[in-house]
Parts: sequence; structure tokens; C-alpha cells
Amino acid sequence: MIHFLPLTDSVPLAHIVGLGVAVFAAGAFGFLVRRNLIVLLMCVELMLNGANIVLVAFSRAPASPDPQVWVIFMFAVAAAEAGVGLALAVLIWRRLGTLDIDALKGLRG
Amino acid sequence: MMIGPDLLNLAIYLPLAAGVLIALLPRAKEHLSGPLALTSSLLAFIPALALYTGFDPALPGMQFAQDLPWLSALGARYTIGLDGISMLMFILTAFLAPIAVLSSFTAVKEHRRFYYASLLALQTGMLGVFAALDLLLFYVFWEAMLIPMYFIIGIWGGRRRIYASVKFFIYTMAGSLLMLAAILWLYFDHQSRTGVYTFALTAYNNSAAGGTGMLLFLAFALAFAVKVPLWPFHTWLPDAHVEAPTAGSIILAGVLLKMGVYGFIRIAVPFFPEAAMTAGWPIAALGAFGVIYGSLTAWAQDDIKKLVAYSSVAHLGIVMVGVLVLEPAAVSGAVLQMVNHGLSTGALFLCVGMLYERRHTRLMADYGGIAKIMPAFAAVFMIVTLSSIGLPGLNGFIGEFLILFGAFKVWPCLALVSLGGVILSAVYMLGMYQKVFFGPVSNTANKELPDLKVREWLCVLPLLALIVWIGVYPNFFLRRIDTAVNDYIRLAGGPRPVFSLAKGEK
Amino acid sequence: MEGNFYPLLKWMILPPLAGFVLNGLLGKKFLSERAGGILGSLAVLLSFVFALLSLSDLLNLPAADRLLRDTLFTWISAGPFTVDFALRLDPLSAVMALVVSGVSFLIHVYSIGYMHGDKGFHKYFSYLNFFVFFMLVLVLADNPVLMFVGWEGVGLASYLLIGFWYEDPEKASAGKKAFITNRIGDAGFLAGLMLLAAVMHAGGVYALDFSTLSANAQLAAGASFAGVNAAFLIGVLLFVGATGKSAQFPLYVWLPDAMAGPTPVSALIHAATMVTAGVYMLARMFFLYEAAPAALDVVLVTGCFTAFLAAVIAVAQRDIKKVLAYSTVSQLGFMFMAVGAGAWAAGVFHLTTHAFFKALLFLAAGSVIHGLSGEQDLFKMGGLRKHMRTTFILTATGWLALSGVPPLAGFYSKDLILEKVFTSGAGFVWLTGLLTAALTAYYISRLLILAFMDNYRGREHAHESPAVMTVPMGLLAALSVVGGMAGAAWLLPFLQPGAPPEHHSALMIAISVAAAAAGIIAAFLITGRRIGGGHHAAWCPRSLAAAWPRLHRLVYNKFYVDEIYEALLLKPLARFADWTFRVPDSKVIDGALVNGTARLFMSLGRTLGAAQTGNAQFYAIVFMAGLCLLLAAVLAGYYL
Repeated sequence: MIHFLPLTDSVPLAHIVGLGVAVFAAGAFGFLVRRNLIVLLMCVELMLNGANIVLVAFSRAPASPDPQVWVIFMFAVAAAEAGVGLALAVLIWRRLGTLDIDALKGLRG
Repeated sequence: MMIGPDLLNLAIYLPLAAGVLIALLPRAKEHLSGPLALTSSLLAFIPALALYTGFDPALPGMQFAQDLPWLSALGARYTIGLDGISMLMFILTAFLAPIAVLSSFTAVKEHRRFYYASLLALQTGMLGVFAALDLLLFYVFWEAMLIPMYFIIGIWGGRRRIYASVKFFIYTMAGSLLMLAAILWLYFDHQSRTGVYTFALTAYNNSAAGGTGMLLFLAFALAFAVKVPLWPFHTWLPDAHVEAPTAGSIILAGVLLKMGVYGFIRIAVPFFPEAAMTAGWPIAALGAFGVIYGSLTAWAQDDIKKLVAYSSVAHLGIVMVGVLVLEPAAVSGAVLQMVNHGLSTGALFLCVGMLYERRHTRLMADYGGIAKIMPAFAAVFMIVTLSSIGLPGLNGFIGEFLILFGAFKVWPCLALVSLGGVILSAVYMLGMYQKVFFGPVSNTANKELPDLKVREWLCVLPLLALIVWIGVYPNFFLRRIDTAVNDYIRLAGGPRPVFSLAKGEK
Repeated sequence: MEGNFYPLLKWMILPPLAGFVLNGLLGKKFLSERAGGILGSLAVLLSFVFALLSLSDLLNLPAADRLLRDTLFTWISAGPFTVDFALRLDPLSAVMALVVSGVSFLIHVYSIGYMHGDKGFHKYFSYLNFFVFFMLVLVLADNPVLMFVGWEGVGLASYLLIGFWYEDPEKASAGKKAFITNRIGDAGFLAGLMLLAAVMHAGGVYALDFSTLSANAQLAAGASFAGVNAAFLIGVLLFVGATGKSAQFPLYVWLPDAMAGPTPVSALIHAATMVTAGVYMLARMFFLYEAAPAALDVVLVTGCFTAFLAAVIAVAQRDIKKVLAYSTVSQLGFMFMAVGAGAWAAGVFHLTTHAFFKALLFLAAGSVIHGLSGEQDLFKMGGLRKHMRTTFILTATGWLALSGVPPLAGFYSKDLILEKVFTSGAGFVWLTGLLTAALTAYYISRLLILAFMDNYRGREHAHESPAVMTVPMGLLAALSVVGGMAGAAWLLPFLQPGAPPEHHSALMIAISVAAAAAGIIAAFLITGRRIGGGHHAAWCPRSLAAAWPRLHRLVYNKFYVDEIYEALLLKPLARFADWTFRVPDSKVIDGALVNGTARLFMSLGRTLGAAQTGNAQFYAIVFMAGLCLLLAAVLAGYYL
């Protein structure tokens, strides 16, 4: 069993979860209101990291390494997603000359 | 190498391997893709031929069989093997593939690497379907084959290729999904009864009776009927044929349609003999109706390719009568007729393709008097036409004759209805021949057409040789399917009772 | 197996096959016209020689044991069903083989002259050999299935040769018409065979050779199909096949059109050999008809009706070949009358003599057409006896033979048929037959008068044909003279060894000779009549037409049978086919059902697609709202 550094007890779990939720909420809010594709991608990252914080926080309670493994896994996924997302953004910029999300309605049914 | 499963695997996967290689060719070497594809499909024909000569017609059951673990978690195994019927289909596929490749050399000019790769992948898929003895494996090959065909029609096809390819894909896919549902039902049902998960074909012979059996039979039957195509599930065929490039039409008519019939023989009927016994007559009646219907609609065409496509509906209709009547002669005839149809309709599409390459039209009205300009081609076309009509001495007669004579003993009405096709086939085929080849050369664009070239001769000669061979000495082929046909009839709970000819009875 | 193994038989059919292949593949490039013609003729001569050899071996056998067999290989075997590629020579097939190969050889030789200079010369000889091959297969086949191969094979040869000059759409159409009409008959033939095989199989008999079938004919007599006696049904169905091939009512319409082919082809295929296949087939299968006398009545009446109808039509035709074509239909009717009266041997006898004199008449007509550079209208001929002496003498021989003037060939066989019909008790049929005989004498005399008597009315310079054409005609003329006497003395006892010798009543002979004489005299009185003086206007070949214009028009137009078929069968069927494609196929199945389903899903998709605004943030809001709802639901479930 891997030994984990004891987190300072002064920070209660609820606060850390609260931080995670706040970060997630900020990301979600930004995703809903902002227009620029790059900013949207950044908001997605924020949401992901909000979730990560919550995961890490909960990894302390039952003292299990699993959530941390998930977090690392999510880093990888987020990195890949960011890579693809940014590449798409670049292509869209080149082709359409704009990154305004309202202009990208080609999938309208 | 011994004549055994290794050779069988070689014949199946060699084309796919070559196809991958061709797809990976650098652009500068694109011109090599055609010759490479031809070489590999010819090379794949060698093991297929070795298997055919090494096939022992007296042995019951599967030969060259191989059974390896595949997806152990699901109970699916890699089981392959051939009996007399699948052997014949197998060799037919391996025989037609090089011809299809050779016929594309001048017709296909764009994306050649991808084209030949698709064609070769298609070949592996088709050979796999005929060799698979595991339901999941069968299903995988069955579906996998659709994809390259979809591309072949959709990319290298005619003007309405997108419509045709999507129609073809969705139509067959919709049928296949019903089959998948039925397969899953069987799979879980088998597990619940025996505790074993398996997809082995042999495990499911006579596996359900009553209402359930009928529903499952119909699910399979529908999937196969679309492929055959049985009336009224046939309308994808004319579109697909008209739009497909020549090689696509050859494969489509020569092999793909046979898979539907093969599915009935290998799966639908042996799995649910009781249901097949009951539903056999209505389905065969659709087939017999299709003979007349297909002939009439073929008569109404002015596009040569569409005419040949509708004639396929007629030809496959009579094959269905032979398969479902469960009379030894008729079933043998039906199996042979599958090969015959592959040869003669394949050759017809090949010939139409040659005309199309010269004049870029398929309308009969644009031709006339071609016999004067291309005498050798006219002779070839005549032989193929006669084979399609079922003239004695050529292949088509043997199959039709056996089906009619066998079926008559059980279902005289259906046999007599199918006999109407004998008359009508002459009407529409000779009508077409006359419009294209006889009369004066009225269209000046036709004056300078060159006769057959060496490559074209190489395409048609093997077909012509087999057309005559089967007509004169069909026993060479019939002998090898006899045992398998008897196995099939036994599994199907046949033979059916013979029509009573006693005096005073009706 | 019954019969003696005799490997020589296959050599009878192989030379024409070789000739077909050689002339067809190599002819045009490697053989001169002369070599091609000689090759084709030699191949058939070889068959004839083998036929003679086999015949002499057959004659060496005791009369009851005259059967030679040659099984080449097992042709089709599937399940219990086995058909051998087997040949058989008995008196019936020996006679046929001799007639076929002999007459064919003469016509091959004649064709060398007739087709001289045609650019399809090698193709022509190749087709002709092809025909002989299949005709011999038909004649020598030991089972009805193999017979069917020959049956359809000769049909194909006929199709190819009728449409030999395919650039003329009418000629190509005539070929197609012949093939399709024959196919209708063939479907009947096949149906008969299917029923026959089913009956035999039901009785545990699986071999289909003629000896076995004959021995088990009672099985058919004892079975019934759809409430009808099976033997009767089989007999009628096979006869349907015969009406197609042998141009009997109602399927005779293709034969007059078949005259579009080269004239030697008309002589060989559409007069002497192929069209008699139906008679041969009935004679071959006579054991079945013995089991079903009612079927024989059908044959008798159909034959009689056809003979009369065709003779009437022949009376008014202007085209020399059309007259002969309808004459052939009529004479074939006579042969079927013989079979129908139970005297198949008399039918085969008439078949043989008819082969001689009708081939002769056709070749003579060909010689006339050749000499007039293609003119076929009798009204534009006349006086040819001065310009074409040899042809005139030969035609006159054929004329006498066909008219039934003793002691020429036609007299013997036709008289025998009428006698047989009379003794079989069919009085009305006999009377009709007698009337037809008189009509026959009339129309053929009319042909002779119009073509050869009086003065020449045409413009082309008339010239006599070369020896390569006249010599074969001379041989046929000799056969037309002596064939009847020889046949009566030798052929009939050979065909039916056990049968009692014929007793001819003097009265019957007198009546039939009188009928012939009446026909000839009427022709000379009506057609040969001169009105007033002068050169051209004096002569009145149209006197009958002038007397009864409407009747003449009706007869001249062949009672409009072709038009009736066209209007009642072909047109409606073609329209029906068209309709099938346009409405049920395109509109209902493909349009409403297949594409209708597709459209249904398409419109469903369109409707639901309205939710897809394309605005990613809108999706996100919906997504979040959904998420919140889910969360709320979970929490509600947890807390409440």
C-alpha cells in the first residue's frame, strides 16, 4: 500500500469539493456565454479540472489511489482533447476566418 | 503444402493481404495496382483450384475444416470448412474475381489503389462467407463484404451512384439486422438450455419449432431474400447494377446474389426445418412469380444493363424454387444454376461493359448493326445470350431443366409457372440482341468501334469455356455437390411428399 | 441393356461438328471460298457414309433385334435423375439419319453455287454444318432429353440462318419470330417431358431412354394429372412442341416468314428436315399415343385443319417461296394426319418423299431466284421454260411429285395417308384431305404456270444456274421419281417389320388421282386462261382475284392470322410488360414501398432535426438542463 502524505486537516473536505464545484461552475458558465472557440476550449479544461479537484479530494476520504489514477488518465484525455480541439480551431480559423461559435452552424438539422 | 485448411486460409486471405499492400503503394507506383491485383487474385485462384481438385465428393460433411478459438469470451470460434455446395460457390468466387479485376483495367482510372484494394477486400469477404462455419464469423464476413461493395458502387459508379449505393447498403443492412437479432436470440436461447455460449453452425440445426421457429426463420429468410433478391425485395438490384462499374456488376450478379440463396441452404432452412417446410411453398411461389415478373419487367427496359438486372430476378426466382422444393434433382439443379447464373450474367455484364467503354451509353436505341462492326464480339454476346436463355448444350439449360423436372414432382404449378420464363427469356433477350446487333448501322458513332482486344478476350474466354463445359458435361460439377445436397435435404427434413399422380386423385 | 453397342454412331454426328468449328473459327481467315464449301459438304458426306455403314450393319441384324446403341457418357445425373448422352439407331432413326444427311449433302453442294460471292460464305457453311449436327443429335438421341438438345439446337440454327442477312431488320425479326414461336412449342414439349418423367419416377422408373419409356408406357396411361389422363396430357403437350417445330396450327406463323433466309436453307431446314422433326418425334413417342388414342384425335384434326388452311393460303400467294412455304405447312399437316390416324410409318414415308420433292422445288425456286437476280414475285416471272430449261424440267418433276401424279413419289405416300385416314374411320377428315390434295395440285400447277409458261414479264436478264446447282437438283429429281416406288416396296416393311403388306383398293387410288388431276386441270383453266389476243394484256393470272376480290384479299393476307396474333397476344403482352415495369415496379414497389419507407424516415428526421439548431451552446444548455433534471431526480429519490 502506498503511503499518502496526510493532507492538513485544517482544510475540510467540503471546502475542497466546494473549490472543485466552483471551478466547474465557472467553466460551465463560461462555456454557455462566451463566443470565442478558444475560450470555450479553455472553459472545457476548467470543467475537467473542477472534476479533477473533486476526484482528488475524495481520494483522501477512503484513502484509495483509484481517483488519482483516474485524474492522471483524465490529464491524458484532456491533453489529447485539447490537441485535437486546438487543431480544429486553427483549421476553422484558416477556412472561415472566424472563431465565433455562432458562425459555426453547419450542422443545423 | 497439404491440401487442407492452410490452403483454404491462404485462398481467403491472400487477396486481403494484397489489397492492403496495394492501398499502401506510393502514389508514383499507382499504375502497378491493377497488375498487382490481377496477380494476387490469380494466385488466390490456385489454392482454390487445388482445394476443388482435392475435394472428395463421397465424404459427407465439411472438408478442409479448421476450428480455432477466436473470441473465447463470447464463445465464438474461428471455424471454417467447405462442403460440396460451398466448395462450388467458393471456386466460382475465386474464378470470377480475376475476371472482374481484369475487366477494370481500362474502365477505372481514378483512385486506382483504393479501387483494387476494395475489390480484393471484397473477394476475401465473399470467400469468407462461403467458408465460415461459425455464425458470428459468418455475420462478420457477410457485413464486411458490404463495405467495399458500397465504395465500389459509390465512388466508381455511374451518374446516380450515391443513390444506388446508399439504397443497396441500407436495404441489405436492414435485412441483416433482423438476422442479427435472430442470431442473438438463438445464441442466448442455446446458452439458457445448455449453459454453453456458442456460435457454431452445427449447434443450431433444427433449433426452434412452432411459432418461435417461424419468426426466427422469417427473420433469416428476409435477410437472405433481400440479397437473392426475391420479389418484392428486388428494387435495389437494378439501381445497384446500373450504377455499379462493370466489375461491381460482375461480382454483384456473380457472387453476392448467390449469398442469399446460400444463406437459405446453409442457415435458414436447416436451422428451422419445420418452419421451412411450412413457409417453403409461399417463398418458392414468390420465386416463381418473380420468374414471370422479372421477365416482363426486363422486357420493358431500354437500358441493357437494367434488362440484365431484371433478368437476374427471374433467374434467381427459379433457383429459389429449386432450393425450397427439397427434391434432390431440383436442389442440385439450383446449386448448379447459381453457378450458371454467375457465369452467364457475369459474362453479360462484362459484355455490356465492353460496349459501354466504347460508346458510353447503355441504351439499346443507340446501337444497331453492331454485328457487322464487331463480328467476334457479336458471336461472344450471342453465346452468352443463349446461355442466359437456357439453350440446351449450354450451362443454363442443365440447371433450369433439373429444377423444373425436380420441382414438377412436388409443386407442379410452380414448375409450370417457372416454365413460362423459358418463353419470356427468349423474348426479351433476343429482342435486346436484335436491337443492338442486327439491322443497319444507323448511328454513325457506331461505325468505327474496334472489335475485341486481347485483354477482353482473356476476360470472356474462360467464361465461355465454362459455359460450354457445364452444358456438355455438367456431371463434373454435379458429382461434387451430390453428397452435400443430400445432407441439406436431410437436415431440412425433406424430401417433400411427391405430388400424387394416381388415377382419379387431384 | 437392350440393343447392341455400336461405337460407330458417334462418328455420324462428329464430322458436321468439326466442320462447324473449323469453318466458324478458321474459315474466313485461312480457307478460300472453295475450300470452305468443300469442307462443309465433305463433313456431311462423311455423316452420310457413316449412316449408310450403320444401316448396312442394322440390316444384317434380324428384324426383331434391329437396334444399335452408343452411349458416350453420363450427361446429367443428380439424385435419382440420370440422363445419358446416348445415341440409338433403329429403323426409324436410320431412315431419318439417311434422309437428313443425304438431302443435306446435296443442299450443301448446291449452296456452293448459290452462295458464291456472299461475304458470309464461311459463316453460312459453318451454320449449315451446325444445323446438321443438331439434326442428327435430334434424330439419333436415345432419350427425349437429348432429343430436346437437338430440338432446340436446330431451332437455333434456323434462327441464325433465317437472320443470316441480319442487316435487314425484317429478316432479323423473322428469325426472332421463328425462335420465339418455337420456344412456345418447346415449353409445351418440356412440360410434357416433365409430366412424363414425374409419371415414370412415381412408378419407380428412373431411366428415360426410349426403350424403357416404351416398355413402361402403361404407367402414363394409368396415371392422371389435374383430373386428366396423364398419357393424353403428355401426348397433347408433346404435340404442342411438334406444332411449334413442324409449323402446325396455331404455331405455324413463323414458317412463311422464315423464307427470309437463303433459299437453300429454306429447302433444307424449312422444308426437308427440321420442320419434320415434330413428325419424327411423334413417331418416336408413338408408344405413348397408343396408350392415349384421344391425343391422336387431337393430332389428326389439327393436322387436317392445318393442311387445308395452308393449302388455301398457298393458292393466292405471289411470292414463289411463300407458296412453297405454305405448301410445306400443308404437307406437314398431311404427315400429322397420318400419325393421327395411327399410321406413323405412312407419316414417315411421306416425310421422306416430301423431303425429296420439296427440297427439289425449293432448290428450283432458288435457281429461278438466282437466275433472276433475286426476283421472287411470280407475277414478274413467266416464260422461264425457254430461258432456264434444266430448271424447268426439274421443277416440273417436283410439280408432278407434289401433285400426286403416279408413279411419282408424292402419289405413293399421299395416297397411303388418305387411305389410312379413310380406314381409320375419320370420314370428314378424309374428305378434307382429299380436297386439300386437289388444292395442292392446283397451287403448285399455278406456280409452274406463272413461273415457266407464257412469256417472260420481268426485266432482269434470266440465266440458267451452274452445274454445281443443277446436279444436286437432278439427283433430288431422280429420288422424287423413284422414291415412292422404292419406299412402298422397301421402306414401309423396314419401318414396321411385323405389319401386314398394304392392300390398296383401286377405288381409293382412282379417287386420289382424280383429285390431283382436277387440281391440275383447274389450274390450267383458271391461271393459264387467255383472254382475247395481244401479248401482255391477254394473259390473266388474276382471274380468281377479279372474281372474288374480298375473298382473295382475305386469303392473300393469310386470313390475317399474324395480325390477329399481333393485336390479341403480342401487343397486349408487351403493353402489360411495360405497365408492370412502370406501375407495380416503379411506382408501387420501388416508389411507394421502398422509397416510401425511406421518405418516412427522412421526414421523421426532418421534424426531429429542427431541434438541431447548429448552435453548440444551445446544445450545452439543453445538456446541462438535462443533467440538472437527472440530478434532481436522483436526489429526490434519495431524500424523499
